[in-house]
Amino acid sequence: MAEVALRGVSKRFGAVEAVADLSLTIAHGEFVVLLGPTGAGKTTTLRLIAGLERPDRGMIAIDGRDATHETPAERDVTMVFQHYSLYPHMTVRENLAFPLRSPVLRTPEETIRTRVHQVAETLQIAHKLDNRATALSGGEMQRVAIGRALVRNPAIHLMDEPLSSLDAKLRADLRVELKRIQADLGATILYVTHDQIEAMTMATRIGVLDAGRLVQVGSPREIYENPVSLYVAGRLGQPRINTLPADLFPGAPAGAATIALRPEHVRQGSGRPARVERVERLGDQTRLHLTLDGHAIVTLAEVHTDLEPGDTLPVEPQNALYFDATGARIA
Amino acid sequence: MSGYSITEPSRRTKWLAGVLVAAYAVITLIPLLWIIATGFKSNTDAIAYPPKVVFTPTLEGYVNLFTVQNRATPAQLAENPPETWYDRIVADRGMVISGPSRFGERFINSVIIGFGSTFLSVLLGTLAAYAFSRYRVPLKDDLLFFILSTRMMPPIAVAIPIFLMFRWAGLSDTHAGMILLYTAVNLSLAVWLLKGFIDEIPREYEEAALIDGYTRFQAFVKIVLPQAATGIASTAIFCLIFAWNEYAFAVLLTSGTAQTAPPFIPTIIGVGGRDWPAVAAGATLFLVPVMVFTILLRRHLLRGITFGAVRK
Repeated sequence: MAEVALRGVSKRFGAVEAVADLSLTIAHGEFVVLLGPTGAGKTTTLRLIAGLERPDRGMIAIDGRDATHETPAERDVTMVFQHYSLYPHMTVRENLAFPLRSPVLRTPEETIRTRVHQVAETLQIAHKLDNRATALSGGEMQRVAIGRALVRNPAIHLMDEPLSSLDAKLRADLRVELKRIQADLGATILYVTHDQIEAMTMATRIGVLDAGRLVQVGSPREIYENPVSLYVAGRLGQPRINTLPADLFPGAPAGAATIALRPEHVRQGSGRPARVERVERLGDQTRLHLTLDGHAIVTLAEVHTDLEPGDTLPVEPQNALYFDATGARIA
Repeated sequence: MSGYSITEPSRRTKWLAGVLVAAYAVITLIPLLWIIATGFKSNTDAIAYPPKVVFTPTLEGYVNLFTVQNRATPAQLAENPPETWYDRIVADRGMVISGPSRFGERFINSVIIGFGSTFLSVLLGTLAAYAFSRYRVPLKDDLLFFILSTRMMPPIAVAIPIFLMFRWAGLSDTHAGMILLYTAVNLSLAVWLLKGFIDEIPREYEEAALIDGYTRFQAFVKIVLPQAATGIASTAIFCLIFAWNEYAFAVLLTSGTAQTAPPFIPTIIGVGGRDWPAVAAGATLFLVPVMVFTILLRRHLLRGITFGAVRK
């Protein structure tokens, strides 16, 4: 385990700037999550650290040494891919042992056996060790893929949406498991996702990428409560943050163009009257779809609310976020 | 009434398909069986009319194939009584064996040249296909088209230039020359076939291996080759079948030392009258290596025919 640092890294694919002047330091034992929509440069960032891509500019340091020109094997990193994660012509055991047998590690067979068993126990795939990799369910495959990273003790684990292809229940189980394993081993992880729950629950820090640029880095709470821009604010929150013209409510600071309201920023019972359009009962939460002067607002109500479509509900902002015309936060 | 499914063919369709396959198999196999049978017939049975289906098998054809014989007078035969079973077969026809024929030698030439060129085609083809599939090769499309264009005319169309080149380079009638020639002809097929197979293997596997601590070449050997086994096996069979059966170049470019079996077998006809059983025996033995090779790689070939369509 070691510190990994990117300094002013840029990578271009033809006309597309995939990663632009990105600087980020991932400290030993940290769990950093990169957040951003498709095409924001999340996967490219991982591939740059792994050595699968060479940066056009900038430096990548692993454990204090300049690794910019090292081969993937020399960098001592692992990577869990989103798809195609297992070698299909090998058994689960061979898959797990593969990195340990590499010419870089040359692990003695005795150690391989114990490591593979430990990891298989942790990930609850010990009974599948002699199965062909292709004869597993999706969840098992992804656990083996994660296992292939965990058998090693690298400078950093890189994970590219490792849970995205799994069903909801498995995703939740593995999320908890992964966080526990990371805490137990003290592993350093850089994790890419666009799943908010994964980001919020696992990350020690979140980095938000926008078109190849790192726009904000901070703790999950910081990113959620103190976004630097409208773009960052929109990355987190379920239901999504409401963005409305700043003059819809009185009291907007000077220069504000947009007011952004998370459900908890919408105080109900006083202020301007909004019309209830729809009530969505999700079981654990109830969402209210409101309109105010033709603008849609989605917020949460008490789970067993009596509100019906057509009702009127006065609302006003509370600790709302204000942004200027360029999307930068001003209050 | 039983329900039927769209994907599962009905019983009648299956039955009809079975009959068609069986009929096709019979039609294609009968000439083969006839050749094998003729190899065990006596010369008289072989040309009997109407053709004999039931006959007394004899190894005469095989003995004739492998030996050179001279006519002997009854006095000579009485002086040297036949000692082995094959001496006896020959003696019955008033002949003595004067030495081995060149069939064995020709057969070994075929094995060396056929398998040698197959190995070389597949080896070079795999490496080239991998490079075309994975690297940014300048003028890639033009190169691939150029490689394919060597197959746009029958190879024999360039027989005379090749004949002259071989004579100039001292490759005429050498094993190396024939291996080189068959490799050159097969290589374009091998590159194109294998490129298709390697394109199907996701790059992520190799990238994973690189990160797992292997070099590019080690990843190629440990990850790409096993997954391309299907393609390599079927390419090898195609290459071997071509090199094994090739006749025209073999006639043109070989005579004494490097002659393969195909141009040799017809010459048997001329040795001591029309010896059809010997020709059939030669043809039968000639089939064996390709048959064994194909059966050994059968499992891969069956998957290879679908051209990797099902692996993902």
